[in-house]
Amino acid sequence: MDRDVKISALNVNFYYGSTLTLKSISLEILRKRVTALIGPSGCGKSTFIRLLNRMNDLVPGARVEGQILLDGFDIYHPRTDVVSLRRRVGMVFQKPNPFPKSIFDNLAYGLTIGGVRDKQFIENKIIDSLKKAALYNEVKDRLHDNALMLSGGQQQRLCIARCLVVEPEVILFDEPAASLDPISTRKIEELILELKDEYTIVIVTHNMQQAARVSDFTAFMYLGELIEYGDTERIFTVPKEKMTEEYLSGKFG
Amino acid sequence: MSRQTPSKTGPYTAGRRQAVRASDLTQAMGFLFLGACIAFALFFLGTILYFVIVRGAPAISWEFLTSVPRRAMTQGGVAPAIVGTFYLTLGAIAFALPLGLACAIYLTEYSPKTILVNIIRLSIANLAGIPSIVFGLFGFAVFVKVFGFGVSILSGSLTLGIMALPGIIAASQEAIMAVPQSYKEASLALGATHWQTIARVVLPSSLPGILTGVILNVGRVAGETAAILFTAATFYTRGYPDSIFSEVMALPYHIYALMTEGTHPESQTLIAYGSSLILLSLVLAVSALAIILRQRQRRVYGS
Repeated sequence: MDRDVKISALNVNFYYGSTLTLKSISLEILRKRVTALIGPSGCGKSTFIRLLNRMNDLVPGARVEGQILLDGFDIYHPRTDVVSLRRRVGMVFQKPNPFPKSIFDNLAYGLTIGGVRDKQFIENKIIDSLKKAALYNEVKDRLHDNALMLSGGQQQRLCIARCLVVEPEVILFDEPAASLDPISTRKIEELILELKDEYTIVIVTHNMQQAARVSDFTAFMYLGELIEYGDTERIFTVPKEKMTEEYLSGKFG
Repeated sequence: MSRQTPSKTGPYTAGRRQAVRASDLTQAMGFLFLGACIAFALFFLGTILYFVIVRGAPAISWEFLTSVPRRAMTQGGVAPAIVGTFYLTLGAIAFALPLGLACAIYLTEYSPKTILVNIIRLSIANLAGIPSIVFGLFGFAVFVKVFGFGVSILSGSLTLGIMALPGIIAASQEAIMAVPQSYKEASLALGATHWQTIARVVLPSSLPGILTGVILNVGRVAGETAAILFTAATFYTRGYPDSIFSEVMALPYHIYALMTEGTHPESQTLIAYGSSLILLSLVLAVSALAIILRQRQRRVYGS
């Protein structure tokens, strides 16, 4: 196997009530690569990414069919421990959502809920993660200030750092720059490119240029279906499907 | 209050200077009517405060606040009643807060969306509409008689607690539901369990709102008379209660007793107004505390 698969989806259907919102999605996400999901609003890309850490469990009336394998194990198996799944598959949301606590407490949260008590360990881990998230220099003197005092871009990098603290294997980014200015967006993109050496990354974006800039592979979705999936470069230069070409050239969406 | 008064300049004043059109007239009449309603409501509030203060203030002295009633309640102070009201209120909250909070957590976070749960919600809302004298009778039948607590602080506190319960549940539910979904998602996505999310993210964020609701209900409970009439209050005690099974004097009941019994109406009326002023001050102080807490919450959580 030259393809090092981290996550594979096999014929995944997703029902919201009685509406089928994802139709037979099959897709392989490779280890330590950036995979982008693109498509117009309502295409199901956010729904799909939220299946990967079972965030859709919270949605009443939601039902999943098919299999999603993480390192070969079905994450929807009845015996799967959702808590440990979510520690392996972290998530960064569309709107920065730090807790209304201090920067330090935000970062320590993932560790203390896991039962870590060693203060020195927590502090080292926090500093490590802040450095990885390129936020350390901006906040090192005010770790005990409220996180909501930070700018939007800083808050989002804090959320990324908070996610890194628990050492996930996969990081899901659900339109991480949708509410940010261009400069903050660029910082987030640079960060994603740095993180891919260590983590498997899946990013949802409706900004096609962003997908082209950060991803190795791109999946184009439309109305709950996976239309085309492949190398980002190939998708953006010689798409096989007519629909992909039309979307990328701005004919709809 | 100060932030809620946007200036009415600009387009409005410009419009008024022009010829009066029909719509402007309707507008002006509307404002006038609403203003009159507010003035009317404020008038009564002001009158109550005025009367209670003017008639009650002469009775207030250090002695009034700190000593026991003397000479068939025509002289002396109301200290045992203040202490009794304090104990009753404290007991009611100690009982109703944990119970109410637990109910609110269950209803907002755990309960399935079934008909049964809807009936529970409706029942709790209806509990708030039951007249307080009925709670009093219930407290008498159950706590005083069946449980054998007698006429006591315990019986009174439990009765008042049940009265405060619907308000506390409603306020807590509202505060819990106001916690942004994004906080919960952030917590769950980091591998927190549902309970960890509730205990460490949801409750801390909703605490100011819950406290506000609790405090407003404390104010209501502190002034309640009918519910303690048969369950806790007594006309006169020589000293202070020595256990939760003691019957107590309480400010609202003391006022009632002074105005309906005894043989010295004039000196008793003065003491009744004095007691009213103290009760009113207590309740207003408690409400002020609630407002301060709410303001602080807004400052921390934005909006």
